[in-house]
Amino acid sequence: MSAYILRRILSTIPVVLFVMIFVFSLLYLAPGDPAAILAGDQATQEDIEAIRNQLGLDRSFPVRFVEWAGGVLRGDFGTSIFTREPVTGMILQRVEPTVSLMVVTLAIALVIAIPMGVAAAWKRGSLLDRAIMLFAVLGFSVPVFVVGYVLAWTLALKLGWLPVQGYQPIAEGILPWLRSLILPAATLSGVYIALIARITRATMLEILQQDYIRTARAKGAAGHTVLYVHALRNALVPIVTVVGLGVALMISGAVVIETVFALPGLGRLTVESILRRDYPVIQAIILIFSFVYVIINLLIDLSYTLIDPRIRY
Amino acid sequence: MALLEVRDLQIHFRTATGVNRAVDGLSFDIEAGEALAVVGESGCGKSVTSMSILGLLPTPPGKIAGQIRFRGQNLLNASESRMRKLRGAEIGMIFQEPMTSLNPVFTIGQQIGESVRLHEKASRAEARDRAIEMLRLVGIPSPERRVDEYPHQLSGGMRQRAMIAIALACNPALLVADEPTTALDVTIQAQILDLMQDLRSKVGSAVMLITHDLGVVAEFAERVLVMYAGRKVEEATVRDLFRTPRHPYTQGLLKAVPRLGSSLGAETSVRLAEIPGRVPDLSKPLRGCAFADRCPRAQEVCHRIDPALETKAAGHLAACHFAPREVSAA
Repeated sequence: MSAYILRRILSTIPVVLFVMIFVFSLLYLAPGDPAAILAGDQATQEDIEAIRNQLGLDRSFPVRFVEWAGGVLRGDFGTSIFTREPVTGMILQRVEPTVSLMVVTLAIALVIAIPMGVAAAWKRGSLLDRAIMLFAVLGFSVPVFVVGYVLAWTLALKLGWLPVQGYQPIAEGILPWLRSLILPAATLSGVYIALIARITRATMLEILQQDYIRTARAKGAAGHTVLYVHALRNALVPIVTVVGLGVALMISGAVVIETVFALPGLGRLTVESILRRDYPVIQAIILIFSFVYVIINLLIDLSYTLIDPRIRY
Repeated sequence: MALLEVRDLQIHFRTATGVNRAVDGLSFDIEAGEALAVVGESGCGKSVTSMSILGLLPTPPGKIAGQIRFRGQNLLNASESRMRKLRGAEIGMIFQEPMTSLNPVFTIGQQIGESVRLHEKASRAEARDRAIEMLRLVGIPSPERRVDEYPHQLSGGMRQRAMIAIALACNPALLVADEPTTALDVTIQAQILDLMQDLRSKVGSAVMLITHDLGVVAEFAERVLVMYAGRKVEEATVRDLFRTPRHPYTQGLLKAVPRLGSSLGAETSVRLAEIPGRVPDLSKPLRGCAFADRCPRAQEVCHRIDPALETKAAGHLAACHFAPREVSAA
């Protein structure tokens, strides 16, 4: 077991390394002279030379990569070209809204999607099932910014129940924090709900046919116990797997949602940095998002042993 | 009043090709503490009957009529909550597939303890103690250790023992066992049957044993009910049935059972008899006796008139125009 965990952790190293090489190359893969790109349109030849020298572009690629990677490993992502601030500090300032958004989104998605999927499987073929699956198709196909603007217009502008946009830090109280996150998280959870509800329904349909479900009923277990204890426990492996894969959806969705709802998070920092061609920040954000994704999926892999006793590494 | 009284049970399923009369006018009784075997080929309606007693038919039938009275109460119009109180507490059930009938993500102890906690409002610790006690009762070695193991850590025979422990955990008055030994090795089969026989004397449950194996019947049951095409064709004590089977279908079944010594003596080997033909399509209306097309003794009348179930000897019923009737029959 511990040997497996170690092997599994070691196997993430090449992935992270590959992402690092890719992210670092980004600056050089972009057409043109990176120094000229960084310097902007009105730069003089001297400015460009100064930047080239400052970035160490006169040295070879591997040397520069090792230098940069060494900094990253120590938590130093370099200096922003636009603000001249350390990138690490800029990112730390922006982490809270994004983490908050993702946690609330995940909570909303799980609380809504799992009962939806279970109900759809239980009442297979019914009007309820069809309504839920229609909702799932819509969740997939309507773009998040459309959903976001519609929700903001109705719930915030017309009804005035929730703030239209902006973020309240958690330090200023749980309730304002939550109120500021409900709309963006509800919007972002649409796709996620669709994904989880569908996999829950499909897995539950298969499990409800199993002999042990009949055994549970023959014991006198109530309907909800059969569904949520006997069946759902067995459906968790696929559900947890798509929850992990869906983190990628959430990350890309956060970029859009933070812009729509003016949340000062990493997603908006990404958009801002791209517009400013602030490459050190872009590199850092991509690297962090990739790392988070890899770690979450590693944890999910390891959680299988807790969910299903037959799985042993 | 018998413990279980089934009266004119009809279970029909709607299928693409018509109405499938899976069970058609079945009546029988089980007395408290009695062992009744229900015998027949696959598709004769024996499993459907057993599932309908607990209200656990996998697909809801198009029509279910008649009565299933347990302690005088008709279960067919009992509420779902009443049925839940009955299941596992007063009527236990064992299924054919021990490999898949246990939930893979819960320990054996949790699964045995669940019905105790449900029906006797026992605490977690009490349920665990009962689970250990039940595992010991069904002959699983080192029950204190096994109670915390998962089904995949147990062999098929052990799993069936665990299933029996689940079914008997609340001392049910009736145990419905649907082919409990079919999926097991022959040696394990004998062990499980011995165990069930032994537990029956200890717990005092009545048993309804569904099987297609006449060897199992002879070893276990007191009374036998032979089903064919959703109907009862013969009912008698085990002794009477094996000694003087009256329905041609039962006679055919008995001839199809290999006997030790009969076919082993090389040159004198006797070919096992088979029943020619196939079970009739239950989705088409039957005229006359359902067995007529396969029956060696069928006459013209058999294809016209469905034979009534008649007492052919004391305690011996058969549905055949030509089954011999004892003069002394009461």
